[in-house]
Amino acid sequence: METEVKLTKLASCAGCGAKVGAGTLARLLEGFETRYDPNLIVGYDKSDDASVYVLDENTALVQTTDFFPPIVDDPYLYGRIAAVNALSDVYAMGGEPKLALNIMCVTDAMEKSTVQEILRGGYGAAYEAGAIITGGHTISGAEPIYGLAVSGFVHPQKVLTNSGARPGDVLILTKPLGIGVLTTSAKAGMVDGPVLTRIYDQMAQLNKAARDVMVRFPVHSCTDVTGFALLGHSFEMAQGSGVTVHLQAGRVPFHPEAYDLADMGFIPAGAYRNRDYAEPGVTVKADVSRAMLDLMYDPQTSGGLLMAVGEERSEELLRQLRDAVPCAAVIGYVTDYTENSILIEA
Amino acid sequence: MTRVDARGLSCPEPVVMLRNAMASGEDAYEIVVDNTVSRENVTRFAEHQGYAVSVAEADGEYTLTLKR
Repeated sequence: METEVKLTKLASCAGCGAKVGAGTLARLLEGFETRYDPNLIVGYDKSDDASVYVLDENTALVQTTDFFPPIVDDPYLYGRIAAVNALSDVYAMGGEPKLALNIMCVTDAMEKSTVQEILRGGYGAAYEAGAIITGGHTISGAEPIYGLAVSGFVHPQKVLTNSGARPGDVLILTKPLGIGVLTTSAKAGMVDGPVLTRIYDQMAQLNKAARDVMVRFPVHSCTDVTGFALLGHSFEMAQGSGVTVHLQAGRVPFHPEAYDLADMGFIPAGAYRNRDYAEPGVTVKADVSRAMLDLMYDPQTSGGLLMAVGEERSEELLRQLRDAVPCAAVIGYVTDYTENSILIEA
Repeated sequence: MTRVDARGLSCPEPVVMLRNAMASGEDAYEIVVDNTVSRENVTRFAEHQGYAVSVAEADGEYTLTLKR
């Protein structure tokens, strides 16, 4: 007998779609005093994935947190995806996660075994990442929440911010787009089992392998593509780097089922928020379909890494990345600023 | 003409309700939503199904008239 409460039914918003829009966030943080510390080399004023604080000449501390309501009904998978998503911010800075704290909200409707399975998923992801969970904090509330606060380390000279892209760089993305559209469609029963399995596997996959390849190359800039979507995160990279990012729509990897569903109007609210935020910085230069643009604004949960690397090393980087993450693809390039922050080309 | 009341609902419910209603295969439908995301998504779905959509707004509610 099926008496279990469906986890996603307890959530009003799925995964990274629950993220407050970038524009709203910027307005909320307006006017707050930022304290200067020479050792804080990446702070929250940079809209980056994590903060970075130099401890000594060989070591910098990377800190981040990420959590969200259930994106899937399977509690173990939910815990795993939430933890993988949180750990990803450390990888996006070029770092290695070492310590993590659980952040959790449970509801009265949740069984003890459900809560334990969520945590088991989180622990599994952390251990696979080489990190340990040292504690955490749990409250009870109206909606389930799970995620991690993660600390990691990186060499201060090897920090990969989202503001280091240089003219002449090639852009590589390591996971296909369409997660937000597909999880929204799944709530409507529009997605087949094998497709769900494919996107669950993708969300549950650490960006560790991609990061481990990336740090062997002179990559100039990196971010992970999550709630603000490809265009939101590219916009931040372009603005932070003072360059123009050229995205070649025909080369951007996506789940084909997501394209059809976006065309039919199964588009998460977060995609509209991302459009409101990034659209002024985006100029569409080619005949790109509405559905393709939707996928580029689609919030990704536990999305891939977006990296900028000098053209001369890009082929070798892509070759080695593909051994670890087969979907990795070149999706564009970087020039001096011209016309707008992002130009979408064919 | 079948009327669908999807006020108070967020994506993807309004689209799902319209999709279910369309099983009757009528040439015209009316659907009321109360947020812009639903307005956009319902419009997309209706156009995809071959309907022309007109929108009337009043007091934060959107009445979409679908015809083919």
